[in-house]
Amino acid sequence: MGTTATPPPKKVNRLGLEVVNYKGSKTTLCAGCGHNAVSERVVECFYEMGIQPWTVAKFSGIGCSSKSPAYFLGLSHGFNGVHGRMPAIATGALLANRNLLGIGVTGDGDTASIGLGQFMHLVRRNMPLIYIIENNGVYGLTKGQFSATADVGSTLKTGAPNDLPPFDCCALALEWGATFVARSFSGDKKQLQAILKAAIAHQGLSVIDVISPCVTFNDHAGSTKSYSYMKEHEQVLHDLDFVPHYEDIAVEIPEGEVRDVEMHDGSHLRIRKLDREYDPTRKLTALAALGEAQTKGEVLTGVLYVDTAKPNFLQILNMTGDPLATLPESKTRPSRAVLDQVMEELR
Amino acid sequence: MSTLEVSPASSGPGQSGPFLVNDFSIQVATVNGSGSQTANTVLMRAIFQMGIPVSGKNMFPSNIAGLPTWFTIRASRHGYIGRRKEIDFLVAMNPETAREDVMKLDSGAAVVYDEPLKLSELRGDLHFYPVPFDKLVAPVCPEPKLRKLVRNMIYDGVVAWLLSIEMPEIRKALVKQFGPKKAKAADLNWGACQAGFDYAAKTFTKSDPCRVERMNLTAGKIIIDGNAACALGAMFAGCTVVTWYPITPSSSLVESMIGYMRRFRHDPDTGKANYAIVQAEDEIASIGMALGAGWAGARSMTATSGPGVSLMSEFIGLGYYAELPAVIFDVERVGPSTGLPTRTAQGDLLKNALLSHGDTRHPMFIPASPEECFSMSQDAFDFAEQFQTPVFVMTDLDLGMNNWMADPFQYPEKPIARGKVLTAEDLDRLGCFARYRDVDGDGVGYRTLPGTNHPSAAYFTRGSGHNDKAQYTEREDDYVNNVDRLSHKFDVMRRFVPQPFIHTAQGARIGFIAAGTSDYAVRESCDQLQREHGIPVSYMRIRGYPFNQQLDDFIRRHERVYVVDQNRDAQLLCLMKLDLTTDLVAKLRSIRYYSGLPIDARSVTDDVIQQEGK
Repeated sequence: MGTTATPPPKKVNRLGLEVVNYKGSKTTLCAGCGHNAVSERVVECFYEMGIQPWTVAKFSGIGCSSKSPAYFLGLSHGFNGVHGRMPAIATGALLANRNLLGIGVTGDGDTASIGLGQFMHLVRRNMPLIYIIENNGVYGLTKGQFSATADVGSTLKTGAPNDLPPFDCCALALEWGATFVARSFSGDKKQLQAILKAAIAHQGLSVIDVISPCVTFNDHAGSTKSYSYMKEHEQVLHDLDFVPHYEDIAVEIPEGEVRDVEMHDGSHLRIRKLDREYDPTRKLTALAALGEAQTKGEVLTGVLYVDTAKPNFLQILNMTGDPLATLPESKTRPSRAVLDQVMEELR
Repeated sequence: MSTLEVSPASSGPGQSGPFLVNDFSIQVATVNGSGSQTANTVLMRAIFQMGIPVSGKNMFPSNIAGLPTWFTIRASRHGYIGRRKEIDFLVAMNPETAREDVMKLDSGAAVVYDEPLKLSELRGDLHFYPVPFDKLVAPVCPEPKLRKLVRNMIYDGVVAWLLSIEMPEIRKALVKQFGPKKAKAADLNWGACQAGFDYAAKTFTKSDPCRVERMNLTAGKIIIDGNAACALGAMFAGCTVVTWYPITPSSSLVESMIGYMRRFRHDPDTGKANYAIVQAEDEIASIGMALGAGWAGARSMTATSGPGVSLMSEFIGLGYYAELPAVIFDVERVGPSTGLPTRTAQGDLLKNALLSHGDTRHPMFIPASPEECFSMSQDAFDFAEQFQTPVFVMTDLDLGMNNWMADPFQYPEKPIARGKVLTAEDLDRLGCFARYRDVDGDGVGYRTLPGTNHPSAAYFTRGSGHNDKAQYTEREDDYVNNVDRLSHKFDVMRRFVPQPFIHTAQGARIGFIAAGTSDYAVRESCDQLQREHGIPVSYMRIRGYPFNQQLDDFIRRHERVYVVDQNRDAQLLCLMKLDLTTDLVAKLRSIRYYSGLPIDARSVTDDVIQQEGK
């Protein structure tokens, strides 16, 4: 073999970027943490979808989950804010520049306790943002206290049981009018990928509750957010595929087996029926399914609800199509004649 | 020190004592929700239209309808438009407070009152003018439902006759108040006014000394409240993102802004908004949105009052440390806690200067007038972006919610300054950048905006420890370098915040230092001290924080300096103590006024005289 042999061509996406261009810095989370798997899915999805990294803005609050935006999309601006208030920062930034693709990562403490109010209002406004909840039922960074998503009877490492009922972030989001609601498991690579890609295509808020086990504080026998618990209790709603808008949908859709949801950008979320009928465009069906699963002790995963018709907050505000951040002075400072007119009115 | 030339008082015929011409206070005591605001504004405006300097102060309850409210109009040929403690002319419309209102008056004052209240029995040393309001209103307002609202316009007519306010000016003010769309309502109210005027003309003999005479000291001037002036300033500053949560007394700032932005900031071709205004779920969200927007390159602001600032504390610390621009309008009210939400104070100076945990310092702009509200609001946006930090614009309820006479605002001549922002072209040239590196020696790094079309543009913003490349760090030297640079940046700001106004009185051994709306009382007090006691007093009005050398110099030039605060704990003085050497601190005396009403000159003067031992 000669030393002049050309290396194999590097694998690139439709922008000509390699997957390395989508990575972040090295993770400092625990080995085996579910959050690391979520970060890997984000890297893959943004790479595969051919998203220009510097059109993305990353947001997070405080906690282990909120550290993770540093571990993906290193070429994107990131903002690690204060505990529970990521929605406000993200809302402001996306108002300033509506061309940004926003992705927020939060945890169950961040979202379901200190930040519940902001989460609620983010949903109400339908801000165009991918909102990933890395849900492990405990506060990891403060060493293992229960969060508000912990199930009744789930135990701490010390054996102490949780005696309050959990908030189901998906059910709450549905109730508040969310337009894209999904639940997944950090261990389910294919499902999480399809959900993330659909969220990238969605033009409103995408709430993605990812059960993401904490290997250090909540992966023991009494936990209901452990890897083993998820393996035994996950109830997958349907098989998901995502067909981006720039690819042809050539394959015939078998009648009755597959449902296609067309997203704003012309891409398709392809939902293949497993053992039950499920229509993800019906909110009450989604709420009923979640309630039923909870009664049975199951964790229902998949795309629970999609509504592509509801306007997002930027549309409601009737904002100009150009980023407010870079509007020229001619558009942001009214003329001398306007000031004269106002002064005359005040005389 | 008076702002306007003094014209000699004249006395009129048929009057026993000397007239108080264009130099008195009218107080109207009513019940809130009774439409008295319209009657009071018309009265104030009519006097203003006659060329007489005037101010109006609304003292209202934190309530929608049914509680006592007082509106004070001060006419001053000397141009004093601060609050005057003494009331010369009372209009007593509220049965609940009428007796106490009358008992508080100085001897010789006049009282227009609702006849059934029988107030003339209370004292023999006042001029009483009873008016049967219910009898007068019925014929001019056939609709019984409207009588409660129209009734108050009757006192405008009565007062006009008693004070010689020209009725055509009342009519003009009324038409302006109602606008062209409510001509019918204006006519109805005008009828009530005339009924009052006619009744007074045929019934009363003028016996009190108050009256107005036409002057020409208000030509070209406007009437505006400080909140609207701030709103206009923000609009002309090119503000693009406004996030807020309603709170008295700042709500009308954003509400004015909504009105102006809808009229003047939509694209004429597409009709689309060149801005976003968001009513957030609370003050924590509103400041978070403002900081997020500032981070992404918008000119962002929020408006609030003390309780809101308390809630914003954590986020503003982030803004300081992560270096995010935003303008925060704080229209101060009386605290602590809910306090007196509709009364004025300067109670947030110390808190805002040092807001949040850790070592934090924040710049403050402190306007005293609508003109400064307008100009400083604009400067604050430039400043926030140039120094990449949250900036407070500190006003108070008195300035924000009361109507003030002001000079018309000047159109901004300077282009908008956006600070150190690197574009994709800059990055091509530079190759890379370090977000928090002090390249220029002013402590301010260069930033990029998210969405900048360049692979080297991104950096990671965080409230946790970071080095000059914005990387996470817990190293001791990185931390110290970073906070020392922030401290240096704060020192640089001293030269760029609004500089103090200084008046040096000839031969003055003592001085005043004040900020914001204390200005009116202090300037009038300077005149009182000179005129009544022969004491010349210099005056320095702080207009921005951090302070600079001028503060030291002013104190050094005087034997004693009275620092005037509208709060209990002498917050402005305390803030100075943090910067001053002990020899200068020893020269400071404190004058504090904190009743919830705007400070008045007489209180200041009396306090100085007492402390001077005269």
